[in-house]
Amino acid sequence: MILKPTTPEEVSDIVRAHRALRPVAGRSKPALSMACAEATMVDVSALSGVIEYQPEECTFTALAGTPVSEIDRSLAQQRQYLPFDPPFSVRGATLGGTVASGLSGPLRYRYGGVRDFLLGARFVDGEGQIVRSGGKVVKNAAGFYLHHLLIGSLGRLGVLLDLTFKVFPLPEAMTTVVASYPTLAEALAALDGLRRSSFEPAAIDVLPPGTLYTRLAGIAETLPKRAEALERYLNVDTERLNGLEEETFWRDARQLAWVAPDAALVKIPVTPARMTALDEALATDGVARRYSGGGEVAWIAWPGPLATLDTLLDTLQLSGLLVIDAAGATRPRLDPRMGVRPGEPFLARARQALDPNGRFTARS
Amino acid sequence: MDTSALLASLARLYPPARLLTRPGGLLPYESDGLTVFRARPRAVVLPESQDEVIETVRLCHGTGVPFVARGSGTSLSGGAVPHTEGIVIALNRLNRIIELDPVDRVAVVEPGVINVDVSNAAASCGLYYAPDPSSQPVCTIGGNVAFNSGGAHCFKYGMTLNHVLGLKAVLPTGDVVAMGGRSLELVGPDLVGAYVGSEGLFGIALEITLRLLPRPECYRTVLAAYRSLEAAGDAVSHIVASGLLPGAMEIMDQLAIEAAEAAVHAGYPMDAAAILIVELEGETIAVDADLARLMQVLSTSGAYETRIAQSADERMLIWKGRKSTFSAIGRLSPDFIVQDGVVPRSRLGEALAEIERLGREYGLRVANVFHAGDGNLHPLIMFDGREPGALERAESLAGDILRLCIALGGSITGEHGVGMEKRQFLPEMYGEADIACMQRLRRAIDPQEIANRGKMFAEAIVASPVL
Repeated sequence: MILKPTTPEEVSDIVRAHRALRPVAGRSKPALSMACAEATMVDVSALSGVIEYQPEECTFTALAGTPVSEIDRSLAQQRQYLPFDPPFSVRGATLGGTVASGLSGPLRYRYGGVRDFLLGARFVDGEGQIVRSGGKVVKNAAGFYLHHLLIGSLGRLGVLLDLTFKVFPLPEAMTTVVASYPTLAEALAALDGLRRSSFEPAAIDVLPPGTLYTRLAGIAETLPKRAEALERYLNVDTERLNGLEEETFWRDARQLAWVAPDAALVKIPVTPARMTALDEALATDGVARRYSGGGEVAWIAWPGPLATLDTLLDTLQLSGLLVIDAAGATRPRLDPRMGVRPGEPFLARARQALDPNGRFTARS
Repeated sequence: MDTSALLASLARLYPPARLLTRPGGLLPYESDGLTVFRARPRAVVLPESQDEVIETVRLCHGTGVPFVARGSGTSLSGGAVPHTEGIVIALNRLNRIIELDPVDRVAVVEPGVINVDVSNAAASCGLYYAPDPSSQPVCTIGGNVAFNSGGAHCFKYGMTLNHVLGLKAVLPTGDVVAMGGRSLELVGPDLVGAYVGSEGLFGIALEITLRLLPRPECYRTVLAAYRSLEAAGDAVSHIVASGLLPGAMEIMDQLAIEAAEAAVHAGYPMDAAAILIVELEGETIAVDADLARLMQVLSTSGAYETRIAQSADERMLIWKGRKSTFSAIGRLSPDFIVQDGVVPRSRLGEALAEIERLGREYGLRVANVFHAGDGNLHPLIMFDGREPGALERAESLAGDILRLCIALGGSITGEHGVGMEKRQFLPEMYGEADIACMQRLRRAIDPQEIANRGKMFAEAIVASPVL
């Protein structure tokens, strides 16, 4: 059963009236929003629209079902943007889904991810209460940050109603330096140097076997000189991307457009020190992959059985999130989280407080 | 609650030198940075290992005795004030930097590590720890985590929360839990984000994984002097509207300038009604272009004097003046209260005018320094505690200022936390359902409410039986 509430109060009533619920909206990340036969789907896409946006405050509040693409447009008109670069906007991703899945794009390298830009939220907890957490100002140390529990909660702790974000001025221009290395090890060495240097790229992505994409953002007239300095520093063969070609490259990166439909898209938080071990394992199996956020996250297109990946992640002590199932996957995986799950005892306590009757985790 | 049983167990766990029970030994722990609150604990323990902390918390849990974790005691909200029926767990000796990993750009530290020591240790790798509360030469990371401390660079870089990637903590029930990790990315929920800022109510962080940033290539620090506070506030709006993203934007009013100048001779213009400090940092080529744009904005903002720090020493002096303001106010007044409410940036002028009016109405002097980029006020309310009723008047004025912040759509605290001081205002900022949900979370984590009882929420009588 799918219900489509149009007001926060209706969401609250629906939660109270059902034993098993799953919130969904844009369904841009199918593995996280696949219909679950036994649960009632709460589709919040009708809770859409900007509630408050004052560009001079560098903050806005919008309903959870608001498409990210709509926010991108409104902010761009005021020459502002969401610096964490939420993915899947072309597939219809919403703000609520972005927060609930905890996903960020390549630009998260410079200023942070979704957890660094969410200032507050209103949500319906497992008992149908409408709860507000955080605030609408860029700095707030009052009360518990309940809204952080909703980041990456996959809809298992509450139904998001509205969200307040911090935004930044949109850089005037961007340019990208593409550096090619014979091996991944050499590309990673370059990444390591760059991460510890005083260069301040907006994004750094690594594409195996050995290409390093470094994006610079800022005042247009400074970019050629900054790119030249970067090229001198990298000291290998480079090329420069500009204009539409540059934009297209990063738009595709943000939207994860490179993932083939016959593979499962999995996000794996990683760090540079552990990337080599992960990459060796993935390269052996010929897995398409991309390292983003300056080496802080791997996006992989996993072609085989998910159980094999679970084992690999456990072995490497990494976590993963199944975002999109391989085409043809029929049975939804009940928990899209993979590998290690730090903090379970704390999460269990949070669940007891926010959803004591387990409405968002119940299967029937 | 069985305090004597607890004290007997503690005497077996700690040598006498690290278990303080005599009044003389307890005295230094009776209050924190907010000296108007004072309470004598039953005992203070000085653990030297994580195991001792864990065992101490388990003993408190077993006996139902409340505990307060404490670092350097610099809380400005009474967050580290002891409970008269409980003990203080002083964490200063848990001060190991366990790991510094320049490749992953993280430091793993114990809670007693001093904030600035993280940056000092990371300096050899060209890295630093960004959050910089004014107390950073003495305050500890454990306290920063508990209160989600801020500093002067929050608008661009965020607060402590945004720089904590992983935690190992002992919950008030004695369970030890690890959450988060080393990556900036995570598979949720963001448990670390919910733990930071919990004001000690979720137990004690034992190991904290901090994110480090590369040191910027250059800094350009500009000081602009204004004839009115309003003009300085408007300048901040113009800077943001121009597309610039400075690392810091700070405003000081005339009283604050006077106090800071008397204390550290920062060279501030003494005839200014307000000064604005703007700091740009990053790649030199980019910063120079930003600086040109900044100077253009400032030139049309009514600044009658602008100075660019010409050396690292000049920059440090400008910051020394700003960061010493709180202690410098002591030169102007025997006592003061500082608030740290937040208002939307566009309503700063309105808020400051109202604070000035309230100050006149109460007959109290109020100095203002604030993180203008964040709308984070710091009104310093001066009074003489020896004068009958003066403290009450100052507190009443402080309360009016907090209500003003709520009314303008802001927050009662930007970085100091609720603590003891602002707990009666939390229900004015949030609704009943919001507070009830926070309370449920608190009780799920700490059924006996033994961890920092009386902070954030007013103390409740706990009837639940001891295990």
